[in-house]
Amino acid sequence: MTEILALNHVTFAYPSEDPTPRNAVEDVSFSVNEGEWIAIVGHNGSGKSTIAKLMNGLLYPQQGDVRFMRDVLSDENLWDVRSQMGMVFQNPDNQFVGATVQDDVAFALENNGIPYEVMVERVHEALAQVKMEDFLDHEPHHLSGGQKQRVAIAGALALRPKLLILDEATSMLDPQGRMEVLQTVQQLRAETGLTVISITHDLEEAILADRLLFMNGGKKFATGTPNEIFALGDELIELGLDLPFAMKLSRLLKAEGVALNGQNMTEEELVNDLWTSNFNA
Amino acid sequence: MDIELQRVGFSYAAGTPFEKRALYEVDFKIDSGTYQAIIGHTGSGKSTVLQHFNGLLKPTEGQVDIGDYRITAGKKAKNLKEVRQYVGIVFQFPEHQLFEETVLKDIMFGPLNFGVSKEDAEARARELITLVGLPTEVLEKSPFDLSGGQMRRVAIAGVLAMKPDVIVLDEPTAGLDPRGQKEIMDMFYTLHKEEGLTTILVTHSMEDAARYADDIIIMHDGKNVLRGTPRDIFADAATLRGYRLEPPRIVRFQEKVEKLLGHPLDTVCLTEEELAKSVAKHLPKERGK
Amino acid sequence: MDKIIFGRFLPGNTYVHKMDPRAKLLFVFGFIVVVFLANNTITYSILIGITLFVMLLARIKPSFLINGLKPVVFLLIFTFLLHLFFTREGDLLWEWGILKIYEGGLRQGIYIAIRFAVLVIMTSFLTLTTSPIAITDAIEILLNPLKKIKVPVHELALMMSISLRFIPTLMDETDKIMKAQMARGSDLSTGPIKDRIKAVVPLLVPLFVSAFKRAEDLATAMEVRGYKGGEGRTRYRQLAWHSRDTLALVVLFALAGVLFYYRG
Repeated sequence: MTEILALNHVTFAYPSEDPTPRNAVEDVSFSVNEGEWIAIVGHNGSGKSTIAKLMNGLLYPQQGDVRFMRDVLSDENLWDVRSQMGMVFQNPDNQFVGATVQDDVAFALENNGIPYEVMVERVHEALAQVKMEDFLDHEPHHLSGGQKQRVAIAGALALRPKLLILDEATSMLDPQGRMEVLQTVQQLRAETGLTVISITHDLEEAILADRLLFMNGGKKFATGTPNEIFALGDELIELGLDLPFAMKLSRLLKAEGVALNGQNMTEEELVNDLWTSNFNA
Repeated sequence: MDIELQRVGFSYAAGTPFEKRALYEVDFKIDSGTYQAIIGHTGSGKSTVLQHFNGLLKPTEGQVDIGDYRITAGKKAKNLKEVRQYVGIVFQFPEHQLFEETVLKDIMFGPLNFGVSKEDAEARARELITLVGLPTEVLEKSPFDLSGGQMRRVAIAGVLAMKPDVIVLDEPTAGLDPRGQKEIMDMFYTLHKEEGLTTILVTHSMEDAARYADDIIIMHDGKNVLRGTPRDIFADAATLRGYRLEPPRIVRFQEKVEKLLGHPLDTVCLTEEELAKSVAKHLPKERGK
Repeated sequence: MDKIIFGRFLPGNTYVHKMDPRAKLLFVFGFIVVVFLANNTITYSILIGITLFVMLLARIKPSFLINGLKPVVFLLIFTFLLHLFFTREGDLLWEWGILKIYEGGLRQGIYIAIRFAVLVIMTSFLTLTTSPIAITDAIEILLNPLKKIKVPVHELALMMSISLRFIPTLMDETDKIMKAQMARGSDLSTGPIKDRIKAVVPLLVPLFVSAFKRAEDLATAMEVRGYKGGEGRTRYRQLAWHSRDTLALVVLFALAGVLFYYRG
């Protein structure tokens, strides 16, 4: 397995007048392998957004290092690394640079000096990947939030990145927009095996990931598969997160004396569990 | 305070080449003391309708009654400002309306505009800051030094400080984490019960409507198309889907369970707890244990 | 606000719409100079003729033009009257007390009014038929030689295009904040001036805060997407010069020649 990105004992504190400033991120280590989907979860203020900024060199750690493709991130390789790392932010409006959809998708290509003919091809290809190819000349204020985020994803894809980072990219969207974006990411993963890091407090988004990094108070609280993390149950609730819908329901059902075997993260699992545990002895 | 819309039509930029129709013959009455949800997908006209509840927009057709005030299309409305102290609106991302040097001053802004004395306004601010779940020290801070979630609570306090009879909530939890969402919704529900407020929740969250509302109005293409209790509305998932709305997750899951059981449950369940009880009742009794 | 035509863009697919924005810019600037060659009935008639011709070519409704002139109508009448009363040439046509109108004054007033109207109309044609972003592109390319003397042409053009991109967003934002403060009893439209000015603070502060936040987000997004200034950048928006653009400039030169020939 190829390691794409790794944080090694990373500590970071924002500059402050306080003589003993609180570390926004403290001694966090984790790595992401090619083709993985990692979700970084935690409530607001858990340090997850700071991690996002550390991953692409908007901030540098005071201790430890961040490695992209095994190279330590520094001023020397910053621009090269950024060209291989797509990033989508929270506010759909504030990252739309171009006057129209296609101009915006081309923005990163222009910055990297890609020749015109290649740009045209890449813009169309990227927009087709997020199913926005019919909106080439649309202006941003005529698009929904979900559509704008898909354009932002296309803008990242156009550079053919090794890694896509979604920094709370769905948190300002309505349910439909959220669904559009998540479906787009799932489909991209199925088609291209893209490596994804999503920073989120949406649990339904988190259960789609292969692995979770659960942050609390700037520290790594736990890592594991969604199944392992959500097995923490009440501990998660105490730390300001919730449980996925199907799990919450499973717990309530068990409390009502219904026979169930697993903890059931998804609705499908729960329905199957209900069936096998109660009808199909 | 009742709010009644009678055959209300509204167009943006009316009378220009850029006119855009947003509402057609909207007709409904919200009774005093109700927890009313208004649901619709983006572009259904729900945001336009909510601005009629305190005269921020005046209908281009029909009339709006807010308590004893009447706003009629084409007539000049008097005393609109007075109406606004009875109907408080918490807009989407209300933290964007903060502007004062201190949280205290910002919360006092509304009451002072409506002629409340300085002492009373300050007393209200002190009372409300605790109610919205913030420590009183925050009052002396600049609102811009707070976290996003805290700013949201300050903004909400600023609207509540007007002591409105009706509170209109436009997607009040957008962008918050799960804990913040639940805390804010529970707070409004407690207020609704304790203060006897009329609460109007404008949302696309079916889950919140199912959990909190007494009554639901569905908006679609600028019209009110459906109305009923959450149980009635969500019992008919097919109709909802016709208005490009998905029933709440709990109802969708109930559909799956009913398929598994081969027969429907007694009633549409609106909360996880309710569904768990109902499912437990309908499952075959445990065998051999 | 909605009635102002000057500066608005009306998408279309006419000869004029399809022209290269550089050609349109050069044409309009050339036209502004050429207009000053006119000084008699024939030459002013030619100017009116060419303006009407462009209008037909761009399929712009005359009602649009009349609307477009409305904001400047006061200025138009003012310059007309100024010349009418203060140019004292030719025969005396009319007299009332100290007010005297001479034939030359009437003529001059009409000429100046026509010159002014034609200039405004031609410039509105430019914005009516060219998207703001295309105009920005054209300005950037036309000003490119200035880079040699260290004028930050690329940065200026980028600033302009980002401003254009954010105008609708900030308009929505203004409306939203205004409504939110009105709902809190703020009153922007009645009361003495002093109170109204005070009422602007609750609108401006949040607007600035939000604009700065947006600017910060945007700068971050641009940096992450590899923006490091104009150097080494390629252009996605390409402008293509066609024969119709050359033709437009030939027409402009011909016009200058004709005016020069017929001027008195």
